[in-house]
Amino acid sequence: MIALAAIALGTLAAAAVALALRDLIHSALLLIASWVGIAAFYLWAGAEFIAFAQVLIYVGAISMVVLFAVLLTRPPTAPATPVRSGRTVPGFLAGGAVLGLLAGAVLSSPLPAGMGAAPAFGVRELGLKLLGPHAGALLATGALLTVALLGAVVLAAGRGKEDAP
Amino acid sequence: MSPLQACLLFSSALFSLGLIAVLVRSNAILVLLGVELMLNAANLNFIAFWRYGPAPAEGHGVVFVVFALAVAAAEAAVGLALVIALHRHQRNVRLGDARRLHG
Amino acid sequence: MNPPAADPLAAGLLERLPLLARDALTGALPEPWRWVANGLLAILAIIVVFSSLFALLTLAERKVLARVQNRPGPNRAGLPLTRFRLGGLGQPLADGIKMLTKEDIVPRGADPVLHFLAPVVLLALSLLTFAVLPYGRLLVPVELEAGVLYFFAAGAATELALFMAGWASRNKYSLLAAMRALAQLISYELPLLLAVVPVVLLAGSLSTSGIVAAQAGWDLGFLPRWFVLTPWGFASFLIFLTAALAESNRSPFDLPEAESELIAGHLTEYSGFKYALFFMAEYLGMTALAGLGVTLFLGGWRAPLPFLEFVPSYAWFGLKLLALLFVFIWIRATFPRLRIDQLTRLAWKFLVPLALLNLGTAALWALTAGWGPALQPLRWLGAVALVAGPFVLLGRGLTAGLRPRTYRFA
Repeated sequence: MIALAAIALGTLAAAAVALALRDLIHSALLLIASWVGIAAFYLWAGAEFIAFAQVLIYVGAISMVVLFAVLLTRPPTAPATPVRSGRTVPGFLAGGAVLGLLAGAVLSSPLPAGMGAAPAFGVRELGLKLLGPHAGALLATGALLTVALLGAVVLAAGRGKEDAP
Repeated sequence: MSPLQACLLFSSALFSLGLIAVLVRSNAILVLLGVELMLNAANLNFIAFWRYGPAPAEGHGVVFVVFALAVAAAEAAVGLALVIALHRHQRNVRLGDARRLHG
Repeated sequence: MNPPAADPLAAGLLERLPLLARDALTGALPEPWRWVANGLLAILAIIVVFSSLFALLTLAERKVLARVQNRPGPNRAGLPLTRFRLGGLGQPLADGIKMLTKEDIVPRGADPVLHFLAPVVLLALSLLTFAVLPYGRLLVPVELEAGVLYFFAAGAATELALFMAGWASRNKYSLLAAMRALAQLISYELPLLLAVVPVVLLAGSLSTSGIVAAQAGWDLGFLPRWFVLTPWGFASFLIFLTAALAESNRSPFDLPEAESELIAGHLTEYSGFKYALFFMAEYLGMTALAGLGVTLFLGGWRAPLPFLEFVPSYAWFGLKLLALLFVFIWIRATFPRLRIDQLTRLAWKFLVPLALLNLGTAALWALTAGWGPALQPLRWLGAVALVAGPFVLLGRGLTAGLRPRTYRFA
């Protein structure tokens, strides 16, 4: 429980600071730290494969795409005055309301309280499940990833002429 | 408070943070990252319910998270490509300025 | 170190020597503390062994390069305060003292926190990868079910440190070079992973010791069943080696720090101790990748011939590792640097398709595992054709219309 509390606090603090910062690179790096925290939670929960996959996908791949996007879309000069979106107060109210609702529901529900032993669900069992009953979904995911890759290339490449200012 | 409840509270807080980021920030990249955070919170729930649920040996939660991770990668790639396309059209990535189709 | 699955008492005395030494040190402690002490001792052993290997490797690299280029190389520094030179063996010590006493400069516009964190993160991550390599029959620091995945997860995060270094320096050359380095690392991550997948497929395991266990036994009584000695394994090994060279920024893929074009890339604004950390992380990363190559393809700690099995397993691992590192240095001395467009073209148009085809070959190999001895030559011929055919065809296709450059004024 102490480990869980430490992981949760670290992850939440990194995410909160990341989303409040003005410097996009710093927020991206802090968000990456919070993704690492989530991977630590998976390790704590005994989902080894998921934890390493989380680090590989989020820290290795998505973070790179995010950082490239931040660098490619940086304004040539820093904006003089920070732009106010005008949604700050309603946004915080909505987020707080959702948090209150969820926390109330969690705390009042009759959930199993036991601290069960670590389940015997290793990499081998996961592989058998993925290629056995879920093989169709795995193929569909592969198709989805291919289509997403091609779509991202088409979207980001543009038509060429518009690139000239 | 049982461990399952602690995990669920953790993921609720993470989800709310993502939601606040989506609602408050005006930079498209940060909004996308907020969505990623909400997705991660959902994954956290899957793992928590798998760990303390009735049938951990079945591993439904883990299998679901594997697929969710793949979809999250696809989402991030397409979303950031959209952000770059947006930047090409209007020279910035503020969502408030993307109102060309606004009647 | 965790007790492995094999019975430790069945192994010879030499084999058990590291474990005996460890037990002599920590045996007196009560149980939970003993576990902690064993873990700390393993970490300490890895750091000490591979740091000294790094020091010797820098010297070996300079000596081998010098030998190839027909010059003596560093041969002055020997034992400090004496006249023994030992052929330059004191050079790493002298280099270390030089690095530590240099001024540590942080540019004025730089981001000081990230500028400091980049080398630290890089070094920590490259040390993390050493945790899952099986160094010997009884020497596996951490036994993980998804060990290979862990290795790549820790390795993938090094890209982040590179980006931090380039961005935090606030220098356009640093940033440009960091972006180029990222493009290179991402391009070569793909063939690297695709070269490992066939091994995982055939071994049926993601754990490093499971993969070593899958390479046990002898064909015809003396040929080891290492994966490199199969057609798909040989192709995988070559792809892995190429991609590993690129991943560790080694020549001929050392564009990120091409000193003739980009000053020194992301290292431009680093000096003194931080520069030394980068240097060390780079060599450690190369050593870790070589260790993974030994584990995946060269049979790990297994002896190459049956009658040589009396030599302790960790000695075999060390020998194979040193041999692979020598190949890395040899390649650096032999090949000129690639251009950035040639580099990415090599990855995307040549290595990735070959690795994908090789995955298919490996799957066929696994499907035909039940064929009898009469059909074995057919299986081998088919696999060799599947590996060599695309290699020749694709290579011809990509180099069509290119001739060796003629130097008219040379």
